[in-house]
This record gives sequence, structure tokens and C-alpha cells, in this order.
Amino acid sequence: MEFINLTPVLPELYLACSGMALLLFGVFRGPEAYRTVSWLAIVICLGAGLLLSLGTGKTVAFGGQFITDDFARFMKWLVVLGSSLTIVMAISFNRRESMAHFEYPVLILFSTLGMFMMISANDLISLYVGLELQSLSLYVLAAFRRDSLRSSEAGLKYFVLGALSSGMLLYGASLIYGFTGTTSFSSLANALPNAGSESIGVIVGLIFLITGMAFKISAVPFHMWTPDVYEGSPTPVTAFFAVAPKIAAFALFIRVMSEPFGGLVDEWRQVIILLALGSMAFGSLAAIWQTNIKRMLAYSSIGHVGYALIGLACGSEVGVRGILIYLAIYLAMTLGTFCCVLAMRRGGNMVENISDLAGMSRNHPLIALALGILMFSMAGIPPMAGFFGKLYIFVAAVDSGLIALAIFGVLSSAVGAFYYLRIVKIMYFDERQEKMDHPLEPELRVILTVSTAFVLLFSLIPTSLVDAASAAAKVLFAG
Amino acid sequence: MLNDLPILSIIIFLPLVGAICIAVQRQDEAGIRNARNGALWTSMFTLGLSLFLWFGFEKGTSEFQFVERHPWIETFNIHYHLGVDGISVLFVLLSTLLTPICILASWDAIRDRVKDYMVAFLVLETLMIGMFCALDMVLFYIFFEGVLIPMFLIIGIWGGERRVYAAFKFFLYTLTGSVLMLLAILYMYLYTGVTEIPILLKTSFPRDAQLWLWMAFFASFAVKIPMWPVHTWLPDAHVEAPTAGSVILAGVLLKMGGYGFLRFSLPMMPLASDFFTPLVFTLSIIAVIYTSLVALAQLDMKKLIAYSSVAHMGFVTLGIFAANTQGVQGAIYQMLSHGIVSAALFLCVGVVYDRIHTRLIERYGGLAERMPVYAVVFMLFMLASVGLPGTSGFIGEFLVLVGLFKVSTWVAFLAATGVVLGAAYMLWLYRRVIFGILTREDLKSVKDMSWREILIFSPLVVMTLWMGIYPNPFLEIMDASVTNLISQHKAALAAFSESSLSVATR
Repeated sequence: MEFINLTPVLPELYLACSGMALLLFGVFRGPEAYRTVSWLAIVICLGAGLLLSLGTGKTVAFGGQFITDDFARFMKWLVVLGSSLTIVMAISFNRRESMAHFEYPVLILFSTLGMFMMISANDLISLYVGLELQSLSLYVLAAFRRDSLRSSEAGLKYFVLGALSSGMLLYGASLIYGFTGTTSFSSLANALPNAGSESIGVIVGLIFLITGMAFKISAVPFHMWTPDVYEGSPTPVTAFFAVAPKIAAFALFIRVMSEPFGGLVDEWRQVIILLALGSMAFGSLAAIWQTNIKRMLAYSSIGHVGYALIGLACGSEVGVRGILIYLAIYLAMTLGTFCCVLAMRRGGNMVENISDLAGMSRNHPLIALALGILMFSMAGIPPMAGFFGKLYIFVAAVDSGLIALAIFGVLSSAVGAFYYLRIVKIMYFDERQEKMDHPLEPELRVILTVSTAFVLLFSLIPTSLVDAASAAAKVLFAG
Repeated sequence: MLNDLPILSIIIFLPLVGAICIAVQRQDEAGIRNARNGALWTSMFTLGLSLFLWFGFEKGTSEFQFVERHPWIETFNIHYHLGVDGISVLFVLLSTLLTPICILASWDAIRDRVKDYMVAFLVLETLMIGMFCALDMVLFYIFFEGVLIPMFLIIGIWGGERRVYAAFKFFLYTLTGSVLMLLAILYMYLYTGVTEIPILLKTSFPRDAQLWLWMAFFASFAVKIPMWPVHTWLPDAHVEAPTAGSVILAGVLLKMGGYGFLRFSLPMMPLASDFFTPLVFTLSIIAVIYTSLVALAQLDMKKLIAYSSVAHMGFVTLGIFAANTQGVQGAIYQMLSHGIVSAALFLCVGVVYDRIHTRLIERYGGLAERMPVYAVVFMLFMLASVGLPGTSGFIGEFLVLVGLFKVSTWVAFLAATGVVLGAAYMLWLYRRVIFGILTREDLKSVKDMSWREILIFSPLVVMTLWMGIYPNPFLEIMDASVTNLISQHKAALAAFSESSLSVATR
């Protein structure tokens, strides 16, 4: 037997081992270990990032079940950034809200490991295993505030619907296996070279697969869980949900659609277009009536998913590059925004109503400025980064001839601008309310500053991110 | 030495630097004083620098001048490309002239959040100038859209009672129009592989594509300029905006639409422009006549002037789509003149609003008694708005009518009725505000214009008379570019009719 080359899975092995070590450390140190464990988890995440950047080229492991390439590394970097920063954002919050259990960072580490597996999955089996590893940690995290009704409800809801979607995904995978006789992505790609070469069973299986993945990225009409889970989960968990799992699921979605089923693009494109249309329309319309900022951000993230899906519907390298850039920018915007949400605290309690932001521009001018910039960016107004994200997506759409979809997209972004503007309006135009409590911890201040600066100054230095995304997108369409 | 300096970049970003310096000031008395002075000096200095463009501009060529070109987003072949020609240079000067005037006009009127206000205005100046100088479509779009942010804040924070409604309406109307333009820009980029305006000006797109592109651009510029029936955001925005906001809105932001028609629609989509000329004429004629009638019925001074703006912009679109030298020159001249005159009229409203705190026409009357200087200044700009010979308004309207007459006598006739109606509502406004007997108690003690106010108006008075009596320097600057624009346009139309003729005879 050949010696198994483990270098491609080094970051994953490292994450798994250090995650378990951290768990033991936490158990032995007891409840007060939370802070130490958090910082250690962050260090571990950064270490994983470092290991990622050591890898080069395209390598497979475990008999082709696992693949690493530029695309996987790019996405893993985004995920690891999202995970580590949301651990940072949680530190003070969890202590204040008496949720400072050391399991929290460990769970995030394990779900990050699951995401890594998803991103690198090159087989329907490893895809499912990675997905479940991620999801199980997420269910627990959603219900992390055990004594809160809303948090438990969020966890339960997420679990039930998540299990349903996993079932569908698995069912789809079994159909695909039944009709093609393989679960490996590369064999699938060979078996399904172009539209018409497949049997109807594969198409049905593919639809189920898409349904499962659409649930994970919360695309309409599989978004129902999102607002409730966003609202019910503790805010740092919501921040984590909004970035890392979405990015990982998108990576999975992109890889599955472009590699094994790349030949069938004409078959699945219409499904993706419908998902994109629904998400954009619903995301921008439903957000208008929200009063809770976390719920509003949930709908906003549904809208963003819609735009990113346009890139997937293109089924081209340009489209995937658009998604990658969009997700990177989305990561920065979302983390910054959640820092501001974490700053909303009055009289020792978190406040979550949008109207509570009234008069922020006078009480806390810097936070208001940052949130204002982030909101304009989310709305896609130049010169903020959000505009460039949409620009690259729409370039791809027009390039692939999806003009009607692009027109719908820009119009719904104009509708969506309304609710982002409403936040600016409440902060800047409305009468002042009493101040928030001493608003931002130093670590949050750093994250907020960096993400806002990124969003504001993106136009000056777009090249490096665009180049990295181009390289990552290229490998999926290399051959 | 001067030629090596990136003069356009300096003019564009100097206000931004000023804004940053003001933003870091403290929130106390000294900080506010610094903010006011800093904004004034920055904008004055920018104005001074922009005079280099006026003197250094080489007349008689339609080439872009003061060009700067650097790669920006290399993956997409997008450049940081700046330059001005005879059409845009005058708008740059208009922007740099009006900004210090706006800042002076807000000196005492704005007492709340002075620092933020000055920052917003300077950022706005950067974006406005950048838009007129941009020679790359993505860069253009960024400046074009970016303008919405500071203007939204200016209306929303420092505006009147219904400011929130007005700010949202302004933002969403213009945003909806412009996103369609973005798609058109992307299409042109994918068709040619470049986003640079000088290259696109020489590209000819297929006729079918032109029609779609034209409509997308039209959606953006028609809202911006604004044309009937998408003008309704303008009266609201004007009424609710603070005086200086109205000034910059009428003075510069509306011109972005006209500039867009001249820079994109007419030269890049000549066949579509020709095809849609009847539509533009119809909408413009409706705008000229209908909004003039609406203006007659207004009770609020600002609203009246806002509607008159729509009517005047109707003249501009008529002139542009007449697509001959007189029409286009007239349209540009009309835009410049309107930029100064309507700005001055809004300032005139601001002068009495600062004293009596109402804009209702019926609350005034007999001001000539107490405010003779004001009456004279107001009269000058009122007459310039009407288009009295000897004022800037006359040259613009006259040239537009000449240009229209060459295309269609009926259109010219209907447009000319707008001039008559314009005289009616402006003169009537003047009679109700300035003449009559001074009966109101609070008007009896009203003071005439202060030195600061006279200082604000004096450059506008000089410009109005100069442009009215001796228009040559302005016409010379734009002449070569306009001639080139028209000849290109004619050539494109001729080439198309020839090719379709040859298809028909074959």
C-alpha cells in the first residue's frame, strides 16, 4: 500500500488536534478558563491560516476525497478570518452576559474544521461529513444561551430545519450515486460532460442537492430559519452565522456546481436564477418592515446571497471571481456592522431595536460614522467597497448574457437601499435619545476601525484582492 | 513646470483634504470657527487653482487637456483617467465658483453641527469636480453616484420640516435611474474591453444595442436633470434643503444630467439619440409649458424657483437634442447661466428667509421700501432668469431657440411660449414680494443686505452681466469641442443612412 500523503490536510489535522487539546485544557482549568481558551483559539485559527498559506498548487488526499487548491485556500482564509474575529467579538459579550463557557471557542473551532472539510470536499461523502460536522456545532452555538427562551428556540428551529435540509441533500446524493455509480467529483465530471448526457434521475438528485445547499446559504425559498435564528441567537453567534458558515456553504455550492456538474450548467442555471431572483426581491422588500436590527440584518444577508448567486448563475470564471470578491467584502461589512450592534447597550442591557439608534451621530459620532459608511457600502453606493462587490457580479452577469437578471438585480438593490438608508436616517436625522453605555471594548474598536477602513478605502487598493480571487476562480475552470 | 503638475487631481482632492482636516477639529467654539474658516479657505484656494484651467485652456482644439492617466484596476483595464475639454471645463469652474459662495451663505444660517456641514460640502465639491473631469466611465460613475451621499445628508440633517421625505425621495429616485446606467456601462465595457471615454467616443455600437444603451443612460440623466415626468423629487428636495444645499443642487447637480447627455448619449449613441429625439422633444416641451404653469400656482418661493428650474432644464434638453452647433452651445450656455442665476435666486430667497423665517410669498410685499439693495439684486437675477437681453439667460435661450428653429419650427414655437410663461411667473413673483405696500409688522423693521451678503452676490452679478454682454470667451472655449461633437454626430448618422440605403438597393 502506498504511503498516504497528509500534507494537503495539514491545516485540518492541526485544527482537529488543537481543538481537542483545547477542549481538554478547558475541562481541566474549569469555568474560569474562558478568556484563555478564547485567545488560544484565536491563535490556533491564525496558525491554521499560516499553514494554509504554506500550501501551493492543487493536491488531493484520501484517494481523491479531499482536495486543496487556490480556491479552497482563498475560501478557507475567509472562513478562518470570520471565525477568529467572531471569537474576538464574543469575548467581552459572553463575560458580560454570563455565557463565558470555554466550550464556545472550542465549538467555533470544530465548526471551522467542518467548514474546511466542506470547502475541500471532492466527493459527495466527504461533503456530507464536513457539512454535518459544521452544522452540529452550529446548532449548539445557536442555543448557547441555555436559559433564554429565544436562544433555545433558535437552536431547536435551526436543528430541525437543518436536519431536514441535510436529509434532502443526502437523498439527492444517493440519487446521483444511484444513477451514475460514483460519488467522486472527478468521476462525476467525466460521467456528465454536457447537458443531455445525464438521465433524469441525476437531475432530480441535483435539485435535491441544490435544495440542501440553498438552505445552508439561506437563499429564498429556503430562508425561513434565518430571521428567527439570527434574532434568537446571542449576537456574537449571529455575527458568526452571518459570515463563516455562509462563506463555507458558498464555497461548497460553487465547487459542486462548477466541477462535477459544470457540464450541466444549462440544466441547473434556471434553478439558481430563481433562487437569486427570490433572494434579491425578498431580501430587499422584507427588510423594509423590520424593527429589530438583527432581523433586518438577516434579511439583508438573504439579499446579499441573492447577488452572490447571480455570479453562480453565470457558470463562468468571471462569475465565480465575482462571488469571491463579493464574499470577501461581505465579510468585512458584516463583521463591522455586528461590532456596532454589539455596541448597542443601554443600562446594562442589549437593545436591538433599530429605533434605539436614534441620535447616535451626536452621542457616539464615530460609531455612527462607521455604521453609516458600512450601510452605504451594503447598499452598494460608490466609492464604498460594497459597490465594487456588486460591480464585479454585474460584470459577470452582463458578460454571460443574463441581462434581465442583472436589471432585476440593480433595481432590487435600489429598493434595498431604502432600509440601509433608514439606519443612516435614524442615526443622523432623528432626535437624540439617551446615550449608550460606554460603547465599545478595545478589541471591537479595532475590528470596527479596520473593517470600516477596508470598506472605505477599498477603491484605492482593489488589485490584490481581485488578483487573489482571479487566481482562485481560475482553478475551478482550468480543465 | 505647471504643466507637469497633476492639476486636475489637485483640484479634485484638495477639498477632500480640507474636509479631513476639518473633521479632526474639536467640537467647541474654536473648532467651529476653524471649520468655517477652513472650509472657506479650502474652497477659495480650489477656486484659485481652477482659474489655471481657465487661463491655461487651449482653445481651438477638441482634444482633452490636462490629461492624467494611471492604471487603476488592472484586471479589468480600468484607469484613473482625468481630463477636460471645452464642454466640461466650464462646469468645473462653475462648481469651484459656487462652493465658496455656498459656504459663505451658510456662515450664520447653519448653527447646528457646523463641522459636519462643512465636511459634507467639501466632500461634495470633490465628487462634483471629479465627475466632470473623469474620463473613465467607472470613475465617472463612482463620482456621479457618490454625490448622493453628502447631498442626502445635507438635505436630511440640515433641511426643513419634511426633510426626511425629501432626502429619501432624492436619493432613491436618482439611485434607481443610475443603476440602469451602470449596466449600460458594463455592457459597453464588455463590448469594447475598455471603460475609457475617449476610446468609447470613437467606438460605434450596433444600432439595436444603441437603443437599449440610450434608454439606460436616459433613465439616469433624465432623473438627474430632471425631465418631466420624473422631476418630482426636485421641488421637494429644493424646498427642504438648506439654502446652500438648494444652491448647489440647482447650480451643479442638475447639470450632471445635461453633461451626461452631452458626454455619453449624443456622441456614443448617435443613432439612438436621433431615434429618440421626438420623445425628448415631447417631454421637454411638456416640461417647459407644464412646469411653467405649475410655477405660476406656487405659494412657496423656493418651490416656484424649483419648478422654473425644471422648465429651464427643458430648454437644455431641447438644445442638446436639436443636435446642431447653436442648439448645443445654447444648451451649455443655458446650463452655465442657470447654474449662476438659479443659485443666486435661491440665495435671494435665503436672504429673506434668514430674516423672516418663511418662504411663503404672501407673507412678503413691499420689500423695496426697506431693502432697496436687495430689490435691485433680486431684480437682476429675476430678469436674467426670464432671459432679458444683456443677461446671461438671454444668450442661452436665444441660441437654443435658433438651434431648434433649424430643426422644427413648431418645437421652437412651443418652446418660445415657455419664455413668455417664464416672464409671467417671475415678474409676478417679483411684484408680490418686492412691490406693493409694506403692511406686515415684522417686515417694517427688516434690514437690508449686509456686507457679507453683498460680497456673496457680487461675483454672481458680475458673472451674469459678463456672460450676458460679452459671451465670446465662454463660447470660444466650448466652440471646438461642440463643433467636433456635432460633426461626429452628423458623420455617424450619414454613415448609417448610407449603409441602410445600400442594403435597400442591393
